[in-house]
Amino acid sequence: MNPAALIASVYVFALAAFLGYQVISRVPPLLHTPLMSATNAISGISLIGSLVLAGAKGYPLPAHILGFVAVTTATINVVGGFGITDRMLKMFGKRKPEAAKAPAKGAAQ
Amino acid sequence: MNLAIYFMEATYLTASILFILSLKMMSHPDTARRGMFLAEAGMFAAIVGTLVGTQIVSWVWIIAGLAVGSIIGGWMAVTVPMTAMPQRTALSHAFGALAAALVGIGEFVVKAHEMGTVTRGALGFEVMLGALTTTGSLIAAGKLQGLIAGKPIQFRGQNALNLFIFLGMVTSFAYFWAHPEVVAAFYTMLGLAFVFGVMLVIPIGSADMPVVMSLLNSYAGLAAAATGFVLGNNVLIIAGTLDGFSGFILSVLMCKAMNRSITNVLFGGFGSVIAEASADAGGVMREINLEDAAMQLAFANRVVFVPGYGLATAQAQHAVRELAELLEGRGVTVKYAIHPVAGRMPGHMNVLLAEANVPYSALYEMEQINPEFPSTDVAVVIGANDVVNPDARDNPKSLIAGMPILEVDRAKSVIVLKRGQGRGFSGLENPLFFKPCTSMLYGDAKSTLSHLAQAVQRV
Repeated sequence: MNPAALIASVYVFALAAFLGYQVISRVPPLLHTPLMSATNAISGISLIGSLVLAGAKGYPLPAHILGFVAVTTATINVVGGFGITDRMLKMFGKRKPEAAKAPAKGAAQ
Repeated sequence: MNLAIYFMEATYLTASILFILSLKMMSHPDTARRGMFLAEAGMFAAIVGTLVGTQIVSWVWIIAGLAVGSIIGGWMAVTVPMTAMPQRTALSHAFGALAAALVGIGEFVVKAHEMGTVTRGALGFEVMLGALTTTGSLIAAGKLQGLIAGKPIQFRGQNALNLFIFLGMVTSFAYFWAHPEVVAAFYTMLGLAFVFGVMLVIPIGSADMPVVMSLLNSYAGLAAAATGFVLGNNVLIIAGTLDGFSGFILSVLMCKAMNRSITNVLFGGFGSVIAEASADAGGVMREINLEDAAMQLAFANRVVFVPGYGLATAQAQHAVRELAELLEGRGVTVKYAIHPVAGRMPGHMNVLLAEANVPYSALYEMEQINPEFPSTDVAVVIGANDVVNPDARDNPKSLIAGMPILEVDRAKSVIVLKRGQGRGFSGLENPLFFKPCTSMLYGDAKSTLSHLAQAVQRV
């Protein structure tokens, strides 16, 4: 990495940190669990680094295998993370009248 | 630069924007879900962009990894119960961090000799943070799942040993930075980081898990951001930083809600000092029977439910909602008071109650609900302990002195649902239980609540 590229990266990092602070401090405590699970899914973006390792030109077999494991775990995070976040947020979307008629699963016993 | 690379960079830019937008939409429950669709679209675009823009030569590993990951991830997304959300999240911190660490190791194996100083530094950070977050999160998940004892594991000289491991890790990092040709330094750093992750989490008690979860979240994000520095990839830096800062903000909030510093949580070994500070709470606990409790609730004007981790372990979220609906049917105003550190991760209680169809407008944060307790007829504490301990407010010598609490003891009467007479996770005596306005209702929270509901119907 040459100095210019490094400086550009540091700019990106600093601005993202600033923006992240602004955006995330507005998320209400109500949604903190979905927030954690969502940011987790989003940081599963390291998947794109893993893809390169797993299959790109110029990487030997051991790298491909490491990449395969990385692709797997990152994909688990992306698919699982977004899936579960959506499941949670769906619950928060529910309104009162709808809530009244849905029978509770835990009611048995 | 050819067209494919422009396309790839365009998808990365799009993904970055969509990620930020999606987090912005998280600021309200009505828009949050739509926001996540944007993030998913961004992720999809970035993956396609990468596959198009990079010269992929072996598709087998990629397709196999995507397939296996999707199956496991999809299975988890569908089957994991809401009560297991803390474990699931801890596990996903481990997966995310492991992916970052592995990418780092791969880059080291292939390109160590041609890396510049800066890249090598970033690589060291990536691998170190990734490795220690992986094992740390696995231990956290094990504790939350009950596979490992939730009590802090401590021994003499622990902090000294941890410091020693930490210094060893940092030294080998520095050595690797200076001498990339010494392969052993890199792997020593990797090994010590794995060990350090374990050591970091074992001395921490279950009650402090919200802080640890947030910290691990932050580390996992920063590891991804470091990957971005290594690969010179901006979308990785942005997404990783967002994740890292989100975790950091949550850690600070959780620490504030316990009136403790992060260092105190990590190295204090809370819960080990137990007995001495809580000698004489004195007095007797008054037990109440179901019928009397039901009577109190049925003829109240305002009832506030205060859920804690006990609600999650007993899976009592549906039962409490049913009782609340019965009471509302009788004209009682029902609210829920949520302490920021109730449960095992930030927002844990909100998710459980939302699962049971409790409308979020009935969930109140600590600052909103505290002024309302004096006009509350009955406060029902369900498996919560430290977050309602008046000692935090009244007794400056208490271990949790200064921690903001839900002031249920200001309500006209308090009913505490508790499994047994024992102390809470922190091992502190709770004077609330001995107050004249408090009565205790022992038993499993779920069955107690459904019996209460039946009793209310009979009133």
